[in-house]
Amino acid sequence: MPKKTLIAVLACGIGTQAAAQDNAVEVLHWWTSGGEGAALSVLKDALDEEGIAWNDMPVAGGAGTNAMTAVRSRVTAGNPPTAVQLLGYDITDWAEQDALGNLNAVAEAEDWETRIPEAIQEFSRYEGDWVAAPVNVHSTNWVWVSRPIMDEIGVTEAPASWDEFMQIAERVEEAGYMPFGYGGQPWQDAVVFDSIALGVGGQEWYQSAFVDLNPEAIDSDTMVAALERMGEIRAMVDENFSGRDWNLATAMVINNEAAFNIMGDWAKGEFLNAGLTPNEDFYCWRVPGTAEHVVFISDQFAMFDVGEERAPPQERMASLILSEEFQVAFNTVKGSVPSVMGISDAEFDACGQQGMADLAAANANGTLVGSQGLSHTNRAAVKNAFNDAISAYFNGDLSAEDAAAEMAETVAFASR
Amino acid sequence: MKRGLPFMALSPGIVLVLAGVYGFIAYTFAISMTDSRILPSWNWVGFENYDLLFQLRAWEGSLVNLAIFATLYIGICLALGLLLAIIVDQRIRMEGAFRSIYLYPMALSFIVTGTAWKWFLDPGIGVESVVRSWGWESFSFGWIKDGDLAIYTILIAAIWQTVGFAMALFLAGLRGIDAEMLKAARVDGARGMMLYRRVVIPQLLYTAISVFVILVFNAVRTYDLIVVMTAGGPGRATWLPSVFMYQYTFTRNEMGIGAASAIVMLALILAVLAPYFWWELRGGKERR
Repeated sequence: MPKKTLIAVLACGIGTQAAAQDNAVEVLHWWTSGGEGAALSVLKDALDEEGIAWNDMPVAGGAGTNAMTAVRSRVTAGNPPTAVQLLGYDITDWAEQDALGNLNAVAEAEDWETRIPEAIQEFSRYEGDWVAAPVNVHSTNWVWVSRPIMDEIGVTEAPASWDEFMQIAERVEEAGYMPFGYGGQPWQDAVVFDSIALGVGGQEWYQSAFVDLNPEAIDSDTMVAALERMGEIRAMVDENFSGRDWNLATAMVINNEAAFNIMGDWAKGEFLNAGLTPNEDFYCWRVPGTAEHVVFISDQFAMFDVGEERAPPQERMASLILSEEFQVAFNTVKGSVPSVMGISDAEFDACGQQGMADLAAANANGTLVGSQGLSHTNRAAVKNAFNDAISAYFNGDLSAEDAAAEMAETVAFASR
Repeated sequence: MKRGLPFMALSPGIVLVLAGVYGFIAYTFAISMTDSRILPSWNWVGFENYDLLFQLRAWEGSLVNLAIFATLYIGICLALGLLLAIIVDQRIRMEGAFRSIYLYPMALSFIVTGTAWKWFLDPGIGVESVVRSWGWESFSFGWIKDGDLAIYTILIAAIWQTVGFAMALFLAGLRGIDAEMLKAARVDGARGMMLYRRVVIPQLLYTAISVFVILVFNAVRTYDLIVVMTAGGPGRATWLPSVFMYQYTFTRNEMGIGAASAIVMLALILAVLAPYFWWELRGGKERR
């Protein structure tokens, strides 16, 4: 008799636990910094109100390399998390493995097709089916500029061309400051190179080299010219740049030690955290030569195939991600702009408003291009083939010509 | 039953080792023969991954780095460890204290060692900036930021961590030498260096081989130290095969090539160990 009660109690326990799990989402992400965590809790609270529990799986570490290892083991074990923060082609990679679910019902009901920019849909959909919910749009062709240094040398407007930009940089150096705050990690080299390559080669060449992987475009004079332009920056960074984290490079501008930091708009979050105001304490310029374009990356929650029982909370989560309330609350903190068009920009700061206007214009004009350095033009293997060569060039291991040749060779290998 | 009991007691361990070590070695080998990219697949491609692997400049660079690193690491650890052991063996005062000081780095994980050395060596906050703040303005020590020299900074940290261990083993070896024999050598007129060169060091051969084998393992599996100190940079300057393996398997979605590189690393270790095993087995027979 006691044994039976025990079993009943146990069974009861298991039963409630299972029920609780059915009405929960398990979310793997690498938004672990204070501000990011706060931004994400908006989503968490909204789900909580509807009785959906949030099981947090934060995996610390930059662009999510560690997170990918965790996802791989969960999927292999047949127990994927509900949603995983993924970038660009990483989503496509997982979709190809038949690991992702299907959000067509929500997407159709809420008209995602017209609300989300087309260039971003390319990553949220796989073979026409919706598999991911875009959280935000980051743009990487920004220069973050120290206003006090600009005031000191008498610069009030963004330079119109790269040459003008370099002239200002020289004046910065003469005034006794470091022109560029630079973080020498391969992905940061690649982010800087994105804008420079686009500025040198134009959108058509960028598409041909980085998306279509046309070997003649890769191993070309244009690529060499782009690398050499990046090399101009190499002479204007401190000797201690290599291995520096991006936020430390940004801090050099915040502390007015360096004048410029070419980095995605997540850098703006650092300025805001330091209590600075756009246009009063710092400027946000488009990288000269790319003013017409927006180089984007979009953080998305890829929705994994979790079976029918766990699907309803997953769909609710996807729907809430695209709600105006979450988009505004999250993106004002994160430094990015909403992934949904037609949201009011009243809550955003000056740089955010410019970012939203630029995105809308780029979407309308077809000048919205994916970031090569951060997985928005090709698969991880190809991306890293480019990034390796860019980084080797910037660190002086390869000449510009050799780097372009190595790109063509290793990219052909990686896309085999 | 009595004879079966020890075997039964051991069998869970045997099963675990068979499955957990040799099973996974076999699994890795199998993966290396397939076209696995992001997840394992079972499309056989034979030795194609090995062929591709040896065409990669990144792999070539990793092997060159390993050759530099392993040679210097093993050589310096053996020499310095022996030297320290001989010094400590001079019946000096506070011998225990010295022994502990040299041995303590062993107690730290590579993550701690790596972080500490990364800070020491960082030109912005470490040795260079301290010496400059003392007034020697032109002093420069930026090896860790220099693609040609960065691998040697890894070497410094690795030696610092392991040399005490080599010393401890050599010291045990020295203490194991028959005191009567040393007396006899002294009676025959051996003194100082001569005593060590002709009598003591030859007897440490067995110890030296044990230390050598352990150091080979350490060198090939060095990974955490690099990830913490340089993350493989600047550029790709401090990649070792272990870093290559992780990078290709997990960040480049080239699981087949990653597995092939792991098998090549295993082969490298076996190439060193096979003569050792052979020598051990032969030695065992002679003793019997």
